[in-house]
Amino acid sequence: MAIVKEKKDAVIVGAGWVGAIMAKELTDAGLNVVILERGPDRDTQTDFAYPRVIDELEGSVHRKYLQSLAQETVTIRHNLSTVAVPKRRMGSFKPGTGVGGAGSHWSGVHFRALPEDLNLRSTMEQRYGKKIMPAGMSIQDFPVTFEELEPHFSHFEYVCGTSGKAGVLNGKVVEGGNPFEGSRSREYPLGPNPDYLGGEMFYKAAREMGYHPFPIPASNTSASYVNPYGCQMGPCNFCGFCSDYGCLNYSKASPNINIFPVLRGRKNFEMRTLAQVLKVNLTADGKMATGVNYLDAGGQECEQPADIVILGAFSLYNVHLMLISKIGPAYDPVTRTGTVGRNYSYQNLNRVSLFFDKNVHANQFMGIGGGGTAFDDLNGNRNDPTKSGFVGGGVIWARQPGGGPVRGIATAPGVPNWGSDWKKGAKDAMRHSFYYEVQGSCMAYDDAYLDLDPNYKDAFGRPLLRMTFDWHDNEIAASAYLVDKAQEMCKVLNPLATKGDAKKPGTHYNINQYQSTHTVGGAIMGADPKTSALNKYLQSWDVPNVFAPGANAFPQNNGYNPTGMVGALAYWCAKAIREQYIKNPGPLVQA
Amino acid sequence: MSDDQQSQSRRRLIKSLVFVPMGAGAAAALHQGLPNANASATAPAEGKPNPYTPKFFNAKEWKFVIAAVDRLIPHDEHGPGAVELGVPEFLDRHMQSPYASGSIWYMQGPFLEATSEFGYQGKLPLKDIIRVGIANVDAHCVKTFSSKAFADLDLRMQEAVLKDLEGGKIKLADISSKQFFADFLAETRAGYFSDPSHGGNKDMGAWKMIGYPGMRGDYLEWVKIRDKPYPLGPVDLAGRRG
Repeated sequence: MAIVKEKKDAVIVGAGWVGAIMAKELTDAGLNVVILERGPDRDTQTDFAYPRVIDELEGSVHRKYLQSLAQETVTIRHNLSTVAVPKRRMGSFKPGTGVGGAGSHWSGVHFRALPEDLNLRSTMEQRYGKKIMPAGMSIQDFPVTFEELEPHFSHFEYVCGTSGKAGVLNGKVVEGGNPFEGSRSREYPLGPNPDYLGGEMFYKAAREMGYHPFPIPASNTSASYVNPYGCQMGPCNFCGFCSDYGCLNYSKASPNINIFPVLRGRKNFEMRTLAQVLKVNLTADGKMATGVNYLDAGGQECEQPADIVILGAFSLYNVHLMLISKIGPAYDPVTRTGTVGRNYSYQNLNRVSLFFDKNVHANQFMGIGGGGTAFDDLNGNRNDPTKSGFVGGGVIWARQPGGGPVRGIATAPGVPNWGSDWKKGAKDAMRHSFYYEVQGSCMAYDDAYLDLDPNYKDAFGRPLLRMTFDWHDNEIAASAYLVDKAQEMCKVLNPLATKGDAKKPGTHYNINQYQSTHTVGGAIMGADPKTSALNKYLQSWDVPNVFAPGANAFPQNNGYNPTGMVGALAYWCAKAIREQYIKNPGPLVQA
Repeated sequence: MSDDQQSQSRRRLIKSLVFVPMGAGAAAALHQGLPNANASATAPAEGKPNPYTPKFFNAKEWKFVIAAVDRLIPHDEHGPGAVELGVPEFLDRHMQSPYASGSIWYMQGPFLEATSEFGYQGKLPLKDIIRVGIANVDAHCVKTFSSKAFADLDLRMQEAVLKDLEGGKIKLADISSKQFFADFLAETRAGYFSDPSHGGNKDMGAWKMIGYPGMRGDYLEWVKIRDKPYPLGPVDLAGRRG
């Protein structure tokens, strides 16, 4: 028998960005809120303190700040006719755990979406006709517009102390920023960070090629900053440990630094750590949630009753919880019916490394996760699929999140993996090379989806989430096209050598090497309850007191990093709960 | 790199480490840690590993580890090698960590075959991949090279065996040679480059070689400098300067 806890107004699963934002907004509205976080408590001064936090062996080999796959993982297969096998070691993507979640070990790249990213299907159909989409491509419009989200994009940037330069301010193009972005209501809270040599060289090459480079918006502070909640951040010092690590310097925005300090100590807020949520409990008719069941730190099963359930876990585990709890019908890829698991997509990331001689001091060890230079000339609406041969686009950038030798030193072509020549190659590359990345969008397809695995279980006896995903021709064409453009830019800079990794026809999704943690979709928002799990307020169509405002809500992935969009969706969802749902609980959109 | 490029003293060091005669003398030498008394007497100019008694690896495995990491990261004109920076000690300590026992890997069955895109799908945790791999490679060498274990081969032969393991050209009895090689190399590199507190990278020798400032973690003043190499040497987690 589960131990029944005192009822709360809202229970939130997970203490990442979504959990922190929802807890802040709902406690502001006077609700009693509890967060259940599967990992330990974490804070800067106690857990991310210099120098211990930047031990590469603990952070990047032992994965100290990431989820342990021993307890939960996913299984993966390339297509419907094969048997999925587990992701046994951390590889292509890195879910976090502990307070802060992936929001503590992210890099800090903080994009909004482009306006056209939010109505991708209708934009494509209007411009090129329905036939532009290959068979099986199941992209959809977001049921929310850029204009509706703009105040929330903006607020989240001010919470994070995002450093950048506006490109379009109140409808006017501003020199120095991204001329293709959606119109902003105000500047970034902080100006751009200083750029690295690699970023500067990228800027020069991009200008020579006729592109429009701009500083990558970074939630790594370029100056001392106090956010609207009164949380203090210090200027980033380029320590080189963003990705995989918590920030030692109060510089990289995280739930730990930017939101939880004001929540801890609130009488109507409680954080329970080492609390593994097992399922969402529903009423007998399955139409309302009554709370959640979880294992507490001692392994006792507890029941937490609540009026509202917020799923704020990593995108994949939100979908997992919905499938386990039977919130909405599971997607069937054969009949293409059902909604939960539909439209899983990823990110199409490709890298080109540039190697120079010893007078080019790139100093890879210096780093700032979100900093650098990018351009959007091939992203969003700028890409014409009738010419490029693919739907979607991508951002190309020079980013230097900080490299250390345990994390790996990319060596020039022809350098072996070991022996004296490898030593020489590593020595040459450490200080005199940098890389460009092509981060492409990833479309959704009928045969790329999430469901429950029939063969494998997690440590709590539940079926693992099964991912069916492979690269489609569209994404392989995008990779080849965009990497080719990046290579053209490299030539302007005359490196000694370059090494690129465009996907080739027949390239299959590889779960070993890190690619990007931007796994999205599976419980998407949409206008039609037949083809989406959530309505425009991130509310379950089927169980209206369940909200899931994470990256699971994206109908497909755009060329940007998801965090800015996730934050905006969480604030958008919270506003709907505060202004509409609390007064009149029930579906916010009639099906 | 060939044997000829190594200094005489360097060759003496490696030989003294790996040709431990089995028996009471060897047991005593291992108990005292490596190198044995004879090696200390001929200590080479470029340094020697600290005495260390392996707790995870047995005597045969230890010989393999020392020989193999010395081929993967040899001492040469570019900088120190894995042996002198204590990588064998790192490996022995790391194999005793929860990580090597599979603490953060999903270890449940069924164990199905899958293509390489899906990564390792076997049931062994890291410490057993390493242990089984070493035994398998030694068995392969004994069978192929007139009863010589890997560590007893000349350096060129050792390099040839490692290349074949890397390329998957050797069929081992219990494990994929590619998998074993990839994990062994990754561990060797981790020991070479990680903070000295983990047992390798003695005196931050690997960081000095590549010009990595270690745990300084503060480059705000340097990010805009374009015309000069970064001037400061490394600092480790304990605050020592290299």
